[in-house]
Amino acid sequence: MDVLIFLIPIALLLGALGLAAFLWSLKEGQYEDLEGAKWRILEDDDLPGSRP
Amino acid sequence: MTVHQRDWQAFVTEGKDGAVHMDLAVDGITCAACMGEIERGLKRLPGIRLARVNLTSQRLAVDWVEDQTGADEIVAELDRLGYTAHPFDPASQKDRLDKTGKQLLRALAVSGFAGMNIMLLSVSVWSGNATDITPETRDFFHWLSALIAIPTVVYSGQPFFKSAARALSSGRLNMDVPIVIGIGLAVALSIVQTIQHHHHAYFESAVMLLFFLLVGRYLDHNMRGRTRSFAENIAALKAEVAARIGPDGTVREVPLSKIAAGDLVLVSGGERVPVDGVIEMGTSEIDQSLVTGESLLVPVKPGHRVYAGTMNGAGAFQLRVEAASGATLLDEVNRLLEAASQAKSKYVRIADRAAQLYAPIVHGAAALTFLGWLLAGMNWQPALVISISVLIITCPCALGLAVPAVQVVASGQLFRRGILLNSGDAIERMADIDTILFDKTGTLTSAETALAGKVDTNDKDLMLAARLALSSRHPLSAALVKATGVLEPLPDVTEVAGAGLETYVDGRRLRVGSPAFCDIGAADVEAALSRTEGCSLLAYRYGERDGCLLPFRQQLRTDAVEVINQLKATGYTIEIVSGDTLPAVRACAETLDIADWTAGMKPAQKIARLEDLQASGRKVLMVGDGLNDAPALAGAHVSLSPVSAVHLSQAAADAVFLGHKLQPVADTLRLSKRARAAIEQNLWISTIYNVIAVPIAVAGFVTPLMAAVAMSASSLAVTANALRLRWGSQAPEKGHTGETLTGARG
Repeated sequence: MDVLIFLIPIALLLGALGLAAFLWSLKEGQYEDLEGAKWRILEDDDLPGSRP
Repeated sequence: MTVHQRDWQAFVTEGKDGAVHMDLAVDGITCAACMGEIERGLKRLPGIRLARVNLTSQRLAVDWVEDQTGADEIVAELDRLGYTAHPFDPASQKDRLDKTGKQLLRALAVSGFAGMNIMLLSVSVWSGNATDITPETRDFFHWLSALIAIPTVVYSGQPFFKSAARALSSGRLNMDVPIVIGIGLAVALSIVQTIQHHHHAYFESAVMLLFFLLVGRYLDHNMRGRTRSFAENIAALKAEVAARIGPDGTVREVPLSKIAAGDLVLVSGGERVPVDGVIEMGTSEIDQSLVTGESLLVPVKPGHRVYAGTMNGAGAFQLRVEAASGATLLDEVNRLLEAASQAKSKYVRIADRAAQLYAPIVHGAAALTFLGWLLAGMNWQPALVISISVLIITCPCALGLAVPAVQVVASGQLFRRGILLNSGDAIERMADIDTILFDKTGTLTSAETALAGKVDTNDKDLMLAARLALSSRHPLSAALVKATGVLEPLPDVTEVAGAGLETYVDGRRLRVGSPAFCDIGAADVEAALSRTEGCSLLAYRYGERDGCLLPFRQQLRTDAVEVINQLKATGYTIEIVSGDTLPAVRACAETLDIADWTAGMKPAQKIARLEDLQASGRKVLMVGDGLNDAPALAGAHVSLSPVSAVHLSQAAADAVFLGHKLQPVADTLRLSKRARAAIEQNLWISTIYNVIAVPIAVAGFVTPLMAAVAMSASSLAVTANALRLRWGSQAPEKGHTGETLTGARG
């Protein structure tokens, strides 16, 4: 059962990472506009040479 | 209308790095193109740091450097781009950042991730118990689970702890009390069993229970938040501002929250009166239909009291804002409103009623189990373990989801049909209804006045009169213009305040205005009034020809007859209680074929009628819009109000419906009945689950694995049953409420 020495910390770490990532995204306001985000990928404003 | 300079400072809040911030509600953003256009357009203005459209909430957030551009330029630019926008009054936007929602989501995330990790360990223990796990490894896994579960329960359980504490401290029982007891006991028992090296611990059950309940809580919160933010957008787009006259005589528009008693406010022709007050200077005519239910225009002069929400006619006047003095209609309404709301707070939600039944039964069963096993000769400790497992397995997981899941689905359905719920339990109460009281003016009829009878567009004089009327903002002029569809105004119009308009066409005098202004005798006026009962008259006269009288009346909502028939066919008793005059109400009741109607009702009489009905055991739905309806709206078992209603009534009503049709009233009742049925089914599902689970638990056969499977299965069953509401109810017709519910488009 020595494998547990690696397995348990890795599992806990991955869980904590997932939670941290979610809390970060919540704090950054990633869930504030679920509707608009899908349209924003179609905007070309960030490309060099696009019209102002 | 005079355009006043608006005091934008009042709408602006401090932003980051010396910039200022403003939130605006924007009407008609439906697609990506609008979003890009607005953001690009605004960024062309100097000093704009950030302009971001939120397509979900249909709002725009702008940050800019104050000395480089102004808020008026931003609104003007939006206007130029073709969007109506209005900033939010910061005072009315209480929960902009939605702190509760975020707190719930964080708690949900923590319990979700913790649940996954504990489940990982629990599954290992369960499979180990079946094979050859060593006691040391099992204890280690249990201790790890405890290490994750205890902080999770402490953090994520807060919403339940707080709510249970509030209920207990006020001497009530609610759903959260058994929840807290169940979770607390599950964790405590698990710790004891871990210390004693038992095979089983219930950490995953406790955390999973918390997770499911938080899902229900979050959905519930989100539904209410969405409705509230939509209602806030509507309020902001109504642009409720008042033109305050400063001590130096300058006029600036400020949000209503900045108006205090004693301020002097200018009300221009054709505007809605923004605040209650006494006229200081100027005369006009007021359409009081929103306040008293009377559809006739009332002349006002200095010293008269006018109410917020009434429509000013053509004249302008200055208004001194007054605090309530104790003797006015508004005070009376407020007093009645307070009494009525107190009476209503007695209603107990189904979920809480279920909890009141549930908690004693389950806790009693657990106590009996403990005593039973003791008497059967078992040690007190295993007996306690079994009785606690009864509490854990019956912990109201499905019960906690049974009501919110249905409410979320049902309110989503209502939202799509243009009905915004003010209170969460309105759906439950709506299903009890057997009697409907309708107000007439603004509820059965639409809020606007319209020309009674047909319009002859070949009548040259009438068309000339209508073109002249284009120059006035008087409600009757506006109705004439709408009925005839004229577009070109006449030149050189002179306006006689409080009387009418005149001009010269081909050298002859053309007049539109009151009958007296057009020299029409009292006998003709009497005759016209008796021809069309309860109407307002507008007169016109061209040159030396005879003057003509046009009758105007508030028209029934286009689908009123159809909807009333539909409601009658469903078996509801329908009654009209109106503040309007007898002839007008009688005409309306006859058209709709409603036998029970009363006219000239004061607010106190309306509520007395309501109480009579309720005392005889009727469950009454009140539908009304006026200030005079507000107490009845608050006192009725449940109430609905159109979006054109005055503030006070909208706040008193349980739900608000959008659009120009009456159909939402019927829709609300139909959907609420189905929702109520689904709630009851869900409660039955939970009961059946308990009936099966409790004997197994009492017998002492429950393992944590069984608890986990049973809890998930019952929660899923309840949620799936709620989602069933979506099937079998077709989407609303196109254009039904589409013009006002932009959120439902695109």
